[in-house]
Amino acid sequence: MKKKTFSGWTWITLACFLFFAVFFIYPISRIFLNSVYDFNTGTFSLKAFEKFFGKKYYTNTIWNSLKVTTCATVLACLFGTSLAYFARTIRIRGKRVLDIVMLISVLSPPFIGAYSWIVLLGRAGVITAVINRIFHITFNGIYGFSGILLVFTVKLSPLVYLYVSGALKNLDNSLNEAAENMGCSGIKKMFTVILPLILPTVLASALLVFMRALADFGTPMLIGEGYRTLPELIYNSFIGEVSQDHSFAAAIAVVVVIFTTIIFLLQQWISKKKNIEMSSMNPMEPRPVQGVKNVLVHGYAYLFILLELLPIIVVAYNSFQNTSGTMFVEGYSFNSYIKAFNSMGSSIANTYLYSITALALILVIGILTSYSAVRRPSVLTAILDTTTMFPYIIPGSVLGIAMLLAFNHRPLLISGTALIIIVTYVVRRLPYTIRSSNAILRQISPSVEEAALSLGASSPKTFTKITVPMMISGVLPGALMSWMSIISELSASIMLYVGSTKTMTISIYTEVIRGNYGVASALSTILIASTVIVLFLFFKITGRSEIDL
Amino acid sequence: MSVTIKIEHAVKKFGDHTVIPDLSLTVNPGEFFTLLGSSGCGKTTLLRMIAGFNSIEGGDFYFNEKRINNIAPNKRNTGMVFQNYAIFPHMSTFGNVAFGLKQRGVREPELSRRVDEILKTVQISELRDRMPKNMSGGQQQRIALARAIVIQPDVLLMDEPLSNLDAKLRVEMRSAIKHIQNDCKITTIYVTHDQEEALAISDRIAVMRSGVIQQVGIPMEIYQHPANLFVATFIGQSSLLDGKAVAVDGRPGMELHQGGLRMVLPGMKPVPEGTALKLCIRPNEFVFAESGIPAMVTERVFFGDTMRYTLQFADGQAIEMKQDIHEPVVNPGAQVFVSFRADVVNAFDAETEVSVMKDVVKE
Repeated sequence: MKKKTFSGWTWITLACFLFFAVFFIYPISRIFLNSVYDFNTGTFSLKAFEKFFGKKYYTNTIWNSLKVTTCATVLACLFGTSLAYFARTIRIRGKRVLDIVMLISVLSPPFIGAYSWIVLLGRAGVITAVINRIFHITFNGIYGFSGILLVFTVKLSPLVYLYVSGALKNLDNSLNEAAENMGCSGIKKMFTVILPLILPTVLASALLVFMRALADFGTPMLIGEGYRTLPELIYNSFIGEVSQDHSFAAAIAVVVVIFTTIIFLLQQWISKKKNIEMSSMNPMEPRPVQGVKNVLVHGYAYLFILLELLPIIVVAYNSFQNTSGTMFVEGYSFNSYIKAFNSMGSSIANTYLYSITALALILVIGILTSYSAVRRPSVLTAILDTTTMFPYIIPGSVLGIAMLLAFNHRPLLISGTALIIIVTYVVRRLPYTIRSSNAILRQISPSVEEAALSLGASSPKTFTKITVPMMISGVLPGALMSWMSIISELSASIMLYVGSTKTMTISIYTEVIRGNYGVASALSTILIASTVIVLFLFFKITGRSEIDL
Repeated sequence: MSVTIKIEHAVKKFGDHTVIPDLSLTVNPGEFFTLLGSSGCGKTTLLRMIAGFNSIEGGDFYFNEKRINNIAPNKRNTGMVFQNYAIFPHMSTFGNVAFGLKQRGVREPELSRRVDEILKTVQISELRDRMPKNMSGGQQQRIALARAIVIQPDVLLMDEPLSNLDAKLRVEMRSAIKHIQNDCKITTIYVTHDQEEALAISDRIAVMRSGVIQQVGIPMEIYQHPANLFVATFIGQSSLLDGKAVAVDGRPGMELHQGGLRMVLPGMKPVPEGTALKLCIRPNEFVFAESGIPAMVTERVFFGDTMRYTLQFADGQAIEMKQDIHEPVVNPGAQVFVSFRADVVNAFDAETEVSVMKDVVKE
């Protein structure tokens, strides 16, 4: 029997491994292969890389991407960390609102920000007009580098905020008191005690910000106006109407993956060196402050609430405005929504169908993989555990072309189907669920399962009746986050969709490009509303007041 | 229907590391049997082999005539109580206790009847429908106990069930467990590192060290007639005095290096003269005397019912002694003579560490 249960889990591990091999390892290796091998002529060459590194036009793209991504990462860390520190140490009225706004902002589709900021600060933007009138200048709106940087910073600061805020919650106040007791306080304490303690978290969130910014396709496409970044270049080389060059697209993808891998390893190396375990019995209490300090901190916090809310308010407002062709006109109605449902109904249905199917698969595969890795460790599970980490560092557009290269022909012809989109979602979000499952499972004492066994429950029954119910409360918050990021996913699905498998984000993107802002706003509002409703339900049902990222 | 547990030549290995080299043991029907030893001695490993959570590398395990080596843990019909209670956190008290019965196909109203009965036995009827989340350790341990015995297991296995409780609750739960086990007469194997607990609760004790059973016996035997020096020092407190075997008035006796004291040891077997011995003396076996080993009182601690003294011999060796509180009190710094009750002390061969006393029972 002992042997039998083991072999049962071996089969499950093998099945998970097979899934991952077919839908991740194989496609990614196809990118590497395609970048140096021409399938038409059957020859190896480094032509694609020569082309890429040979022309300034292309190498500039790398430089552009790195510049804007790095700047955005630094700014997001600065704002996010400082805001989190203030909010944990100083009493701010409406901190709960700040937390929720930050969370919603993190979970809303990235390019909605780009669209909204064009409406506000673009050439014909509302704020642009005001500025020009007041200062009598002809400010042409923010596009290019500064536009992308603005959108990224506003969009990604909340991510850092939420992570660092979580870390600060685990920082025991006695450390603070110990520091003050020994005569170290204020700024000095912040830099010598607090910052070093939360540094690993700051670095981890910096990595996330970097990856997200580097991989973002929609934002530079909308607000970049000629400021060309890597995802755009990959997309255009692969799908572009002008010229398609698969091996060139693959070569760029390889370069991107090498970059992200280096950054990832660097971050891992640093945080391993600086890793600190903290759990707080006695978290810091926000204290009220007086005078100028109080005003400044409140101003800072409220500015962020405003910045994060503005894009959402803009799309919600626009969605109710009447339109005529591509123009907004006087009056308010549900016309944009009616139009959206009539012409985009299938993409709304697709979004929910695909995301929920993907979520179910993620939960099943994630929990099974994690269980076999934690409870039945073997060489195979160790390999599986490591390889399932890799999608972390694969940008969406890279995964998109990997999927296309891999599944474009028989016997694995699934491109153009819903399956390829769902599988891509699963692969992208699986690492997060596996990580959170692992963490939960390590907290559950094996003796609880042994108790069930000794009481006569079979191995499978113990798993379904005891282990899974105990895990689910820990896995669910992460799974919900995954669901929300799936419904706002664009960079991979834009590569993979065909007419019948359009999702809402793709529709929004294409409608914005076509100038149909009304419909785009309506769809965006539906998307954001779904997120908000699910979040609200989550808080209501679980009775929690915070969600761990 | 109580069960005999028989273990013959059990072997346990983790990789190349042998934890239990060759262990045989018989636990009688309805007996409360304790495996006692310090951490890492293999007691929990042995318990988990009986439960089926550890593989068996050699030997045979029997419940009555049934060999259980290859029976899955969920088919062995054992009830297990874990150190960390292992309560299912997503089920109420009722759900936890009913779990094993449901696996056995017990249905309502029988199910509720049996759960309620056992909850009454362990005195937590009022917790029936509560979730275990905010319960105390003692309450959780009662659920764990109820859950393990409600299925009427052939064997009840307990892995340090009291070690996470505070001292007062530990004593209370100890007698509760003993009473309940007495009532339902399930053959029980109990693992602990706490010798006081073992002495108080067990019908018989096996003292283990490095995977080897040192001695099996009823608590009094183990305490009063330890089979070897390890058991003597592990159970209770003792001081060791070196000496050699001599004949005193033609009877087996001992000459102590300390003070050159010579005395007859009435319980000792005849041992070749000159054999190096170690004398093991419990604190309450020492007495202040007119003559004996000269010593100085260095410390005195008041324990309410007793007074404890630390004494130092001329060569620096320190010993512990305990006096009834009604005996005259001696002040620290006083020069005294100590002797001991030669009729109850234990002597061991200094080389083999095996007891040289007549009354020792070692199975």
